[in-house]
Amino acid sequence: MRVSRDAQPIATGSDWNFDILERFDEVLAALADEYQLDTYPNQIEVITTEQMMDAYASVGMPVGYHHWSFGKQFLAVQQAYKRGQMGLAYELVINSDPCIAYLMEENTLMMQVLVMAHACYGHNSFFKGNYLFRTWTEADSIVDYLVFARTYIAKCEERHGSHAVEQLLDACHALQNYGVDRYKRPSKISAAAEAKRQEEREAYLQTQVNMLWRTIPRPLEKSERLPGQLHDEDDPLGLHEGGRYPAEPQENLLYFIEKNAPLLAPWQREIVRIVRKLAQYFYPQRQTQVMNEGWACFWHYTLMNRLFDDGHIDEGIMLEFLQSHAAVIHQPDFDSPYYSGINPYALGFAIFRDIQRICQHPTDEDRAWFPDIAGTPWRATLEFAMRNFKDESFIQQFLSPKVMRDLKLFVMIDDDQSETLAIGAIHDEQGYRRLRNALCAQYALSLREPNIQVFEAAIRGDRSLTLHHVQESRRPLERSVYPVMRHLQQLWGFPVHLLSLEEGRVTHRYRWPVEETKVEGTH
Amino acid sequence: MTYFIDRRPNAKHKSAVNRQRFLERYRHHIKRSVEEAVNRRSITDMQRGESVSIPAKDISEPVFQHGPGGRRTVVSPGNKEFVEGDKIRRPPGGGGGGGGTGEGSASNQGQGNDEFAFSLSREEFLEFVFEGLELPHLERKSLKSLEEIKMVRAGLSRDGVPSRMSVTRSMREAYARRIAMRAPIKRALKEAQEALAEEINKDPILKNPARIAALEAEIERLEKRIEAVPFIDTFDLRYHQLAPEPQPSSQAVMFCVMDVSGSMTQNHKDIAKRFFLLLYLFLEKHYEKVELVFVRHHTAAREVGEEEFFYSRETGGTIVSSALTLLDGIIDKRYPPAQWNLYVAQASDGDNWDDDSSICRDLLIKELMPKLQYYAYVEITPHEHQSLWHEYENVAKRFAERFAMRQLVEAGDIYPVFRELFKRRLSTP
Repeated sequence: MRVSRDAQPIATGSDWNFDILERFDEVLAALADEYQLDTYPNQIEVITTEQMMDAYASVGMPVGYHHWSFGKQFLAVQQAYKRGQMGLAYELVINSDPCIAYLMEENTLMMQVLVMAHACYGHNSFFKGNYLFRTWTEADSIVDYLVFARTYIAKCEERHGSHAVEQLLDACHALQNYGVDRYKRPSKISAAAEAKRQEEREAYLQTQVNMLWRTIPRPLEKSERLPGQLHDEDDPLGLHEGGRYPAEPQENLLYFIEKNAPLLAPWQREIVRIVRKLAQYFYPQRQTQVMNEGWACFWHYTLMNRLFDDGHIDEGIMLEFLQSHAAVIHQPDFDSPYYSGINPYALGFAIFRDIQRICQHPTDEDRAWFPDIAGTPWRATLEFAMRNFKDESFIQQFLSPKVMRDLKLFVMIDDDQSETLAIGAIHDEQGYRRLRNALCAQYALSLREPNIQVFEAAIRGDRSLTLHHVQESRRPLERSVYPVMRHLQQLWGFPVHLLSLEEGRVTHRYRWPVEETKVEGTH
Repeated sequence: MTYFIDRRPNAKHKSAVNRQRFLERYRHHIKRSVEEAVNRRSITDMQRGESVSIPAKDISEPVFQHGPGGRRTVVSPGNKEFVEGDKIRRPPGGGGGGGGTGEGSASNQGQGNDEFAFSLSREEFLEFVFEGLELPHLERKSLKSLEEIKMVRAGLSRDGVPSRMSVTRSMREAYARRIAMRAPIKRALKEAQEALAEEINKDPILKNPARIAALEAEIERLEKRIEAVPFIDTFDLRYHQLAPEPQPSSQAVMFCVMDVSGSMTQNHKDIAKRFFLLLYLFLEKHYEKVELVFVRHHTAAREVGEEEFFYSRETGGTIVSSALTLLDGIIDKRYPPAQWNLYVAQASDGDNWDDDSSICRDLLIKELMPKLQYYAYVEITPHEHQSLWHEYENVAKRFAERFAMRQLVEAGDIYPVFRELFKRRLSTP
């Protein structure tokens, strides 16, 4: 490391002002340039605690539509903060172009600089570089879309009453994790946001027309029957005419509902669409928590050290930084009272630092495990890792034995058919690979959330909707399945069935409305 | 490229709408909490907010999730003594402990918390306490009988005291006057200057030196006159004028009347106190100023301070009319009905000296009720009603709008009774 401590620190102490921040930003920008961090322009907003709580409640979005659940979120944050159970995050950053980062006014100077390094250069470059964000989100139009969503929903509330809108949003929120396309890539946005919306509207009207055709029961083309003669006696519901609809199972429940639910009004479809679009926007964030935070931590650590080495900050600020950095990447042990799962900051930071180490000072073990990156230029390797992976594949690819040893990771198997818990693997030679696979699976969204897909909509029959839950390792659905089914049924408008299947065998059937019984006097 | 923006001056409370939506949605739960709080709280304690808990299951936002069971593998950090193949006994109490919480990453909130707790501000709390309640007879004292007067601004006038001077208006007047006074002079000046210029530009032979001199003198004179126009004149001054305007009375007195005879136990008094307190808070929400007068009585009535009213012990028989007479006297002396909204809350266990009850009735009907906005009587007794109740029923018949009576048995009844007494009435045509 170069030590050129002749420069005057830009500022000392804990007070800050905009002038100082701007000078720090200039230095950070120059360093980021030197490290070839590719970022969106930054928009740094200084806000108060109160505003930070607001921002929290709206998932960090600068504008959002109104819904009680955000109020609940706000109250929870407020309560926890007031009681001192939780400090507010020092920063919040939004994947948009320009990249919006919030700094709290209460932060000390060190914290502001740290946050700028972490958010404005770390997260920002991740948003711009990572393939998931590049393909799934439109950073330049998200704020516009949010404004559109807000006004649209407000208008619907005016027209249809806020209660009706609330009910609809409740139902959509229950399914929003199933409102994303996991594999299908959305087409890249090319036209301006305004034109895009126009187009959407047209396409949307078109779907309305298609809808009519699709949901009205109709005979197969080859059996030339007249309307009114639809069903024969053996098959009065006409269930067996034609193939199954949809022909392939559909993973995006909200999309399927938006396009196929028979009774939704146009405005309701538009709201389903809004929730779905926003879920899609957040989808990459849910899949890259470890990477995103690890990347940002790696860069704030690197940049802060450079600031110190170049003499822009003094020992006081540096010590304060090291203390808060240590707190951020602290990983309590599983048996600690403070343990609440694996800290994504800790894991991500450890892996990225380790990649750097493997590049710079590879050991024999590293050469055996990572022949393709050991000893390569670290900056390019890191960039490659950041750009082309999500948490599960990132861990699969880059979690090294050293990190597993450092974190003392182990696999526990909890099988309800056995008396005891079993240790499946630990951080030793035989265990590394299984440990890594297990951790990778733990971050795979597809395994974390139950795999539920639309199997069939009985468009020629009773219009019921059937979902399949592909069960793994006999893990059943939580009881919350019932309220979710109820929401689904409200959207679909007709009975909804859900079958849990494991290895082709049905293990559980759910139905909403719950099977009516013909006992007199039930209410 | 970086922009810094200071958002601090921007509106906070961006979540206010969402917060309200939440309160609205769980109105039912919150009201139940608030009602419990009203009954449970100590009396001096009403003036703060309340923390409300709602069962977490009632407000959860359901999503598809894995439930407990099946075969799960969990990766956890911090291994100390485990080696592969170890068997560990399950921690008691289900899946928790050990790595069990690793799964928690999927659901970010609510796990293990049975209650969702948050706090209501004092205003919100009272809002819920008094929701749907209305002050009986809230017609403000009618204007004609009002003596209370407030001075309000009413235009401008030419005279007044310097402290009420309107500077802007005065300066505007001055400006207008200056323009008006200078205009003819300026016009003359302009003419003179043009004439002078014309004269000077004439052929030297034709020049008339006398005329030039005269014009120059004229110009000088006119300039002096322009100078002489005063910048501001007493004529320009304007003063704000005040006009008297009758004001609806915004002050109320609440009389607390309580029987402190031997039959009233401390428990009775506590119940009564809560009732008074609710009424006080309620009035306070509606009037700028609420005064309290405490009148206690056994066989004789006395006006006392709050502490003595609630906590000192007395014994003896009961004559309710003594209190009503005293009340009437206090009203006449200190609270002219034209200026004050008068409320009376009486609490008693229903005991009265038999012959006295009819006197009370007459006193109320003839003397008191015409002056009062509202009279609320609560009888704290599990027993049969006695003569006082029956006589009061007659009063209630005469003044159905403004006289209310209810029976209380225990502390828990207060709130419902209070609500009953003050519930919003449908406007009668």
